[in-house]
Amino acid sequence: MEIYWLLGIPLTGGVFLALWGCRKHAPEINALFSLATLLAAAWLTHRIIDQGPMMVGAGWFFIDSFNVFLVALTAFVAFTTALFSRPYMRIEAEHGKLNAQRLRLYHSSYQIFIGAMLLALTTNNMGILWVAMEAATLATVLLVSLYRTPASLEAAWKYFILCGVGIALALFGTILLYFAAEKILGSGGTALLWTHLNGVKAQLEPTVLSLAFVFLLVGYGTKVGLAPLHSWLPDAHAEGPTPVSAVLSGLLLNVALYAVMRSKVLVDGALGNDLAGNLMMGFGLFSVVLAAFLIKRQTDVKRMFAYSSIEHMGLITFAFGMGGAVANFAALLHMTMHSLTKSAIFFAVGHATQKAGTQLMADIRGLIQTNPTIGWGLMLGTVAILGVPPFGVFASEFLIITTAMHEHPWATPFLLLALGVAFASIFGKVQPMVFGETELPKLPYQPALAPVFLHLGLVLMLGLFIPPYLADWYRQAAQLLGG
Amino acid sequence: MSLTYHLQIVNLLAALLLLISFAMLSQRRIAGLITLFAWQGAALTASTALVAWSTGQHHLYYSAAITLVLKVIAMPWYFFRIVKKLDVDRDVEPMINIPTTMLIGIVLVIFAFNLALPISELSGTVMRSTLGIALACVLLAFLMMITRRKAIPQVIGFLAMENGLFFAATSTSYGMPLVVELGVALDVMVAVFVLSIFFFQIRETFDSLDLKHMEKLKER
Repeated sequence: MEIYWLLGIPLTGGVFLALWGCRKHAPEINALFSLATLLAAAWLTHRIIDQGPMMVGAGWFFIDSFNVFLVALTAFVAFTTALFSRPYMRIEAEHGKLNAQRLRLYHSSYQIFIGAMLLALTTNNMGILWVAMEAATLATVLLVSLYRTPASLEAAWKYFILCGVGIALALFGTILLYFAAEKILGSGGTALLWTHLNGVKAQLEPTVLSLAFVFLLVGYGTKVGLAPLHSWLPDAHAEGPTPVSAVLSGLLLNVALYAVMRSKVLVDGALGNDLAGNLMMGFGLFSVVLAAFLIKRQTDVKRMFAYSSIEHMGLITFAFGMGGAVANFAALLHMTMHSLTKSAIFFAVGHATQKAGTQLMADIRGLIQTNPTIGWGLMLGTVAILGVPPFGVFASEFLIITTAMHEHPWATPFLLLALGVAFASIFGKVQPMVFGETELPKLPYQPALAPVFLHLGLVLMLGLFIPPYLADWYRQAAQLLGG
Repeated sequence: MSLTYHLQIVNLLAALLLLISFAMLSQRRIAGLITLFAWQGAALTASTALVAWSTGQHHLYYSAAITLVLKVIAMPWYFFRIVKKLDVDRDVEPMINIPTTMLIGIVLVIFAFNLALPISELSGTVMRSTLGIALACVLLAFLMMITRRKAIPQVIGFLAMENGLFFAATSTSYGMPLVVELGVALDVMVAVFVLSIFFFQIRETFDSLDLKHMEKLKER
């Protein structure tokens, strides 16, 4: 029952806001729908914790501890982003960057995007998972080009074409998966159900599944932003409105990685070797190193943090690739930390760029003098994402690196080097933005910074102390992913 | 009629699909490209319907019907309308080295057949030998997307790729489950709709649909 509320609310919200979204209170309605989605997600999470994994709707939906954790995270960040976008988008409209019609498009697409991601997370059917991923892409294409500047149109076009091609490869992977499954489960709708596939995964044809995984990894990996398929990501993050950057970075990348992980569990069972894990480790490590060195060259603040997202997604992919209970645990924890921290950073960056009227880091100076809360938000967020203790990112990165040292020592120098380079470049660039001298006036309005400090507070709390039920939950999910 | 006879027709239609893919690769005019796309859809519909009839897989009739309505009638009609509205129907794309593109295309076809070989050996369907062709169509459409510099041909390349994937699903396992196919069709429809909005945005901003204006965002 909860699941229908969870999926129904954002979709209704999308339709409602498409019809009435040009009203004055559309941002509040958007936040209300997101709040309702969050409540539905909390309800669902509560039931899963109580009763364990379950199938809903004649096997169409399957919820276990792995996806319910992502459902809760997605609904939470979607809600806080809606809170942040309420004043932010209003000011963008006042600055003349948007008109009422585009705001309507924004609000409607936002809800549909969240709905599509939740569908991708909860569905049991690998085919519907593909359909929902594609729907999530389509919902965001017009959001990236919302400002209609030449650069944003280019970014959106690149986003569509690259992710379109990527996701077409994932469709081929899904076709191959169905081909292998249909021999054992018989043709028809049930052969693509993940729970059915999981039951017979040892009997699936290994050659076909290894080929299928390559296509699925490359296809969904394009959306995760794994190098060398990442080139859409910095453009889309830099040119779209900031709330969109926050949800793309904090949520969509996670959902795409979720799709890869669901496939990996099946392929591991069929192959009985480390092929899938090794591929993921390779892509992950390459992304971490490449992104770290590209961060150094960035001048645009949102682009820089977009590259930082590639770096962190690479790190998570690497950890999932290593497999095993500890690495999976660390990867899940890092997924949570990265989502919370990166979206908080984008909120702070959004206000900073609105104030300076530019995204160039050289022109953003002295936030702490004029708007101390924005300055502190950005500084603390940056410190958190760079993995400084006591923030939670430190805990997950520490776990990932110690596991790597133990199991794959050859990879550790690369990881440490990349994290070091990323630390030096990001900190060196953010520091003058926060503490430098400025002549810019103070922001004329109250920035929406509650979400920033809420996220950072959670990250800090999880770094100091993970409540036992949460740790159990992560452990269960890590177990499920096997290794 | 015997099954082998049907099979020969299906193989013929598959060959036709490949031929159309090559024709699309060399077609310079947008209107011609849309017509070719419609023909590709028609060949796909015919082969799907024939497979449905000869093997008794009834859900394939629905897929054939969806293909007919969407890819032979609705989308070409819609594209012709957009082309007329944007007034680009006489646009000729200055493509150099079509012969080179064709040569790369031939290499891709050989690659596709090699890749498909181990899978088609495992397949139990009557038309398993056509998987190579389906994969070749996907790769050729991919090549078309890379070589084109204009927005509409790139999108047609994207849709042609989807045609190839659809054909691959039919030849390996008599299509995907119906609900997935419906979902895919819905996504493709929404994609075309979103992109047509996009064409107008690009046109408004750059005064042309040529993507050479859109090469500013690069890593410096």
